Amino acid sequence: MKYILQRLAFYAVTAWAAITINFLIPRLMPGDPVEALMSRYQGQLDTTAIASLKALFGLDEHQSLWSQYTDYWSHLIDGDLGLSFTFFPTPVGEVISQSLPWTLALVGITTLISFLLGTGIGVYSGWRRGSWLDGLLPVTTFISAIPYFWLGLIAIALFAVKWQIFPAAGGYDNSLVPAFDWPFISSALYHGVLPGVTIVLSAIAGWILGMRNMMVTVSSEDYVMVAQAKGLSERRVMFSYAARNAVLPNISGFALSLGFIVGGTLLVEMVFSYPGIGYQLFQAVGAKDYPLMQGVFLIITLSVLAANLLADMAYALLDPRTRKEA
Amino acid sequence: MTAEPILTISGLNVDYGTGASGVRALRDIDLTLHRGEVLGLAGESGSGKSTLAYAVTRLLSPPGVITGGDVHYHRPGGESIDILSLTPDELRAFRWQELSIVFQGAMNSLNPVHTVHSQLTDVLTAHRPGMRAAERTARAEELLNLVGISADRLAAYPHQLSGGMRQRVMIAMALALEPEIVIMDEPTTALDVVMQRQILRKLVELRERLSFSVVFITHDISLLIEFSDRIAIMYGGRIVEQAGATEIYRDPRHPYSEGLLHSFPALHGPRRELTGIPGSPPHLSAMPTGCAFHPRCGKAFEPCPERVPVLAAPEAGQDREVACWLPH
Ligand SMILES: Nc1ncnc2c1ncn2[C@@H]1O[C@H](COP(=O)(O)OP(=O)(O)O)[C@@H](O)[C@H]1O
Ligand code: SF4
Ligand SMILES: [Mg+2]
Repeated sequence: MKYILQRLAFYAVTAWAAITINFLIPRLMPGDPVEALMSRYQGQLDTTAIASLKALFGLDEHQSLWSQYTDYWSHLIDGDLGLSFTFFPTPVGEVISQSLPWTLALVGITTLISFLLGTGIGVYSGWRRGSWLDGLLPVTTFISAIPYFWLGLIAIALFAVKWQIFPAAGGYDNSLVPAFDWPFISSALYHGVLPGVTIVLSAIAGWILGMRNMMVTVSSEDYVMVAQAKGLSERRVMFSYAARNAVLPNISGFALSLGFIVGGTLLVEMVFSYPGIGYQLFQAVGAKDYPLMQGVFLIITLSVLAANLLADMAYALLDPRTRKEA
Repeated sequence: MTAEPILTISGLNVDYGTGASGVRALRDIDLTLHRGEVLGLAGESGSGKSTLAYAVTRLLSPPGVITGGDVHYHRPGGESIDILSLTPDELRAFRWQELSIVFQGAMNSLNPVHTVHSQLTDVLTAHRPGMRAAERTARAEELLNLVGISADRLAAYPHQLSGGMRQRVMIAMALALEPEIVIMDEPTTALDVVMQRQILRKLVELRERLSFSVVFITHDISLLIEFSDRIAIMYGGRIVEQAGATEIYRDPRHPYSEGLLHSFPALHGPRRELTGIPGSPPHLSAMPTGCAFHPRCGKAFEPCPERVPVLAAPEAGQDREVACWLPH
């Protein structure tokens, strides 16, 4: 428990530092890009919108840095991240909350699938070295060595253009109204197949190799030999003794990859024009939409921290030695 | 020794690796463990003691392979089981039920992520399918008490126990199914001397109470003199001498046995001069010809580098064996 509290405190401080840096960066930027944009939208911005943009980007020079800082926080706590210029006059918070679920669903589910599948294959191939599973390794390693951009384009060229099995772009059929019904969900799933499969393909080799190596290492531990000598069933030895220990180092890797879901999704969503937060960021950069960029960066930072916290908790749950060190 | 044999090893050969890179770690091992006895196995590090323990329990991991020989276990009724030809299922049933083992690396013998309770009871779950959970817990408590650990340590994880406690948990675990044979491979090497004695005394007491047979492996022959009935000495993958513990102590016939006795301080009796053995043990890949000990032996003479001495009774009718060309 003490361990978890310590970690919580650590992440709270880190989050505070990250947000403060997010506050400082636009104030250190040369020129006033936001001001330039604001003047372009002159007349379309109402006074509250101007006030919140000023607070977020530090355009109000008459205020002390400290009162700018407290202003910034009070806007953040209200969930007010300013207005997006690209989707003017939609608030940034709204843009993000519309695109974030797509990213979380697509990349979250596929990250989980690659982790579970890769770990499972790694457990078996590390336990039964020399089985047919080992033949799979060079193939998956080769695929993971292809830059994702390429893999995605090849997938589109083959399965969307040559054989028109799957759609090449988008998150759902545009003729449908997003709703929680079967036509929409099935369309979303259908659009998710190509990006999803390519993500799994490019990520799985890392999990397989990592887990296989750990299984090989752990298999020579004394306690695994003892478990064999005890005449336990092979399943018990393999899972409860070997895999249970071998998976521990992979937990933190998994947490990091969870953190990168939001940040690392840029490429996937660009290739497949997927309506997630990465695609949003791509568009924001193109349009010099600073409020949206800043909002996305904030979400990325917080998600990396949240994922790490999750990993620490999972670790504490799975490794009794951590609990003691607290 | 009138007792019947419980474990007979004959002509056992073990190699590490095959083909050109293979080396022979055990050569023509003949050894018998009798019912109820403590057999000590001594020899410098690298002489093949652990390899023998692993081979007998079929726990050798690659590149180790058994290339020849037999290992038979004799059930109390007289039925004999060929351990080396058991099927995987038969082997699983045999292990721990008839023969359990406490390993050299006993410090790491416990799974760090499971409690003592879980590791003491999973062996009961595997071998006693009819047992209920409450009975298993009761048995686990009983086992801990047997080795002098209070039952509340059942909930502990290995890292919460001291080295000595972990070792005693391993001994408790080895006794969980009341096996006929317990092999102990340097069970106390990592512990301090006081703790070693405590644990060994406990072990001897338990053996008298539960009457199992023990193969006790150590490089420290002085421990064996005190605690074992019979001692076998290994050198370069062979047994070079075996005899009763007192005979080895009073009258070692092999120069290597004598060297070992002078390498450790004796516990009781007259002080011996600690001279040790000159030189170092041979590598498996460069085993000397003839008697493997000859480069280090002060008494070597013409036949020694040429011909391998066979393990045999020095005089007909004696209940001891030695492999040395010296006339006895
Ligand atoms: N996995 C292995 N591969 C190759 N050689 C090994 C392996 N394990 C042990 N050996 C060799 O076998 C010999 C006997 O080792 P071991 O049985 O551990 O001796 P002891 O237990 O008497 O110290 C040593 O020379 C050692 O180097
Ligand atoms: S056979 Fe020769 S070399 Fe070997 S122990 Fe005996 S005397 Fe020494
Ligand atoms: Mg050893």
